[in-house]
Amino acid sequence: MSLRSYIIARIILTIPTIMLLLTFVFLIIRVLPGDPASLHFEKNVDPATLLAMKHELGLDKPLLTQYFDYLIGLTRGDFGKSMQDYSPVSQQIFSAFPATLELAISSTIIMVVLGVLLGVTAARSYNTAEDHSIRVFGIASYAIPVFFLGMVLIMIFAIDLHWLPAGGRMYPGISPAGLLIGGKRYPTGLYVLDSILEGDVYKLYLSIRYLVLPSLALGLVLCGIFIRLTRSNMLETLQLDFVTAARARGLKERTVVYGYALRNAFLPILTMMGLQFAALLAGAILTETTFSWPGLGRYLVDRISFRDYTAIQGVVVFFGLLVTAVSLVVDILYAYLDPRIRL
Amino acid sequence: MSDDQTRGRILVRFVQRIISLEQSGLAGWAILSGAAIVAVLAIMTIFSPLISPHNPIAINVGPILSPPSYQFPLGTNHLGQDMLSRVISGGTIMFQVAVLSVIVCLIIGVPIGLFASFAGGYADKFASLVMDSIYAFPGLVLAIAIAAMLGPGVINMAISIAVVYVPSYFRIIRSQVLTIKELPYVEAARMMGANGRTTLFNYVLPNVIPSIVAIATINFADAILTAAGLTFVGLGLPVSTPDWGWDLTYGRRLLTSGAWWVIAFPGLMVVLLALGFTLMGEGLSELFNPRLQR
Repeated sequence: MSLRSYIIARIILTIPTIMLLLTFVFLIIRVLPGDPASLHFEKNVDPATLLAMKHELGLDKPLLTQYFDYLIGLTRGDFGKSMQDYSPVSQQIFSAFPATLELAISSTIIMVVLGVLLGVTAARSYNTAEDHSIRVFGIASYAIPVFFLGMVLIMIFAIDLHWLPAGGRMYPGISPAGLLIGGKRYPTGLYVLDSILEGDVYKLYLSIRYLVLPSLALGLVLCGIFIRLTRSNMLETLQLDFVTAARARGLKERTVVYGYALRNAFLPILTMMGLQFAALLAGAILTETTFSWPGLGRYLVDRISFRDYTAIQGVVVFFGLLVTAVSLVVDILYAYLDPRIRL
Repeated sequence: MSDDQTRGRILVRFVQRIISLEQSGLAGWAILSGAAIVAVLAIMTIFSPLISPHNPIAINVGPILSPPSYQFPLGTNHLGQDMLSRVISGGTIMFQVAVLSVIVCLIIGVPIGLFASFAGGYADKFASLVMDSIYAFPGLVLAIAIAAMLGPGVINMAISIAVVYVPSYFRIIRSQVLTIKELPYVEAARMMGANGRTTLFNYVLPNVIPSIVAIATINFADAILTAAGLTFVGLGLPVSTPDWGWDLTYGRRLLTSGAWWVIAFPGLMVVLLALGFTLMGEGLSELFNPRLQR
């Protein structure tokens, strides 16, 4: 199969998944016991207010009509209205998303780099105390709630040592301006990137300071799977003939391990990054809440406390679509890099 | 040999393999140490009313936010509650939610996995499509959506966690059944006239059970972490029962006061409990799917 037909087939296969996902979320919000509007107000509400809300949000229409309105809205990037002030949820989503993206990117870097380094170290010292302690760390990392680790980090590095801020994303009132094009600034919303584009070293320093603890918490909790993956891959690869041949040619051990053997682990690591993206987003929700990081997760938790079910629906759908899109991209990348997949 | 005997023997061998440590090596030690941790915590939780020095929900038992001392070994919280008593009895909800969610998963996931993959064809394709879509979803986000709609409660929490984990059971069972049903001994059973039901329950199912046990233990660990996560985002239970998750959640607000003991001990308990199940699950899957991991 050519790459192009693989991509087309893969995209077509995504459609039923997306439809099921959208239907599932719709049903959760509408069909589970209690309608969202009444639940929003709990008990004490005058019927006219309830009716007005239902009408404003379209919750008084027949279920099937609501379903099609919802699907058609989504094709136009409409994620519904908030129950609080009837403002479009999509606005909130798009303004909070860059913060989540920035956290996700930096956590991914920490999780992969740390996981791969520890995995390689464990494989090279196979069956020694070092290997065992790295494996135990890997297993233990599955068992630590990210928000607990986050709070421990805050206690040590923010409250006791005063090295790093305990939460937030930036000093109040400062925001990196982004790239200057034709006299106008275009911020991406990723503070580290915006600071670099603006050329402001101080803002860069500040945004990195705020980013360190949340990314470390999330990266540490998720790196276990990469340790295991790299370790088992390296154990196999280090036995292969081409590694022995490289050693026989007198190459440095470091070059053999990182330059030759590690390349074999690249594709599985890439696949795992795609698979871990969902876990990364779930972890981001808890991490953002712990560090008052103003991203999508924090928005979602905020909406939960207001019983704002239509906004919850919007964010959940957005997360679902995002994960589907990422796994699609990773699969296509994988097929591009490894032609055997397309067979 | 009757069918019951066959089934019995497979299960006996399964238990024997776990117990014989020389054969199972590190995996065996992981299973035993995990089981020991879980057993100790379970006993502690069950007998908490007898061993707690104070009533865990009584307020002003001691001074407010007192650090660990001789009188209050784990300190007190912002309400003057004794942290030691809260730590001893705080596992009740976690255990209930985890056990219930595993039961729901077993009731829903195992039959769907068995029948769909054994039957094959459209049933299998449809079930796979639905399960894969749920599997692709970020688990916590889905659990949050369901828990938010169902409202607080142990059963509701368990259901929202179970929905997220049913696909894991389905996938493991499916991959096992697809392999097992082509094996010669299953074919032989069919040749000898066993009908579909007998084949499935007497010949296929016993060989799938070890994998189900492995995935259920991992499910326990995940359920505990998800329950703690749901509590942390504000979807937990009302405060009337002591709960590690709730103490952690509220402890976040006390961080700036430097009261580390309010979150450290409940947090360590959650980690310990999840670690116990993780060790068991890792050991079991290494023992029964040796090719998956080394």
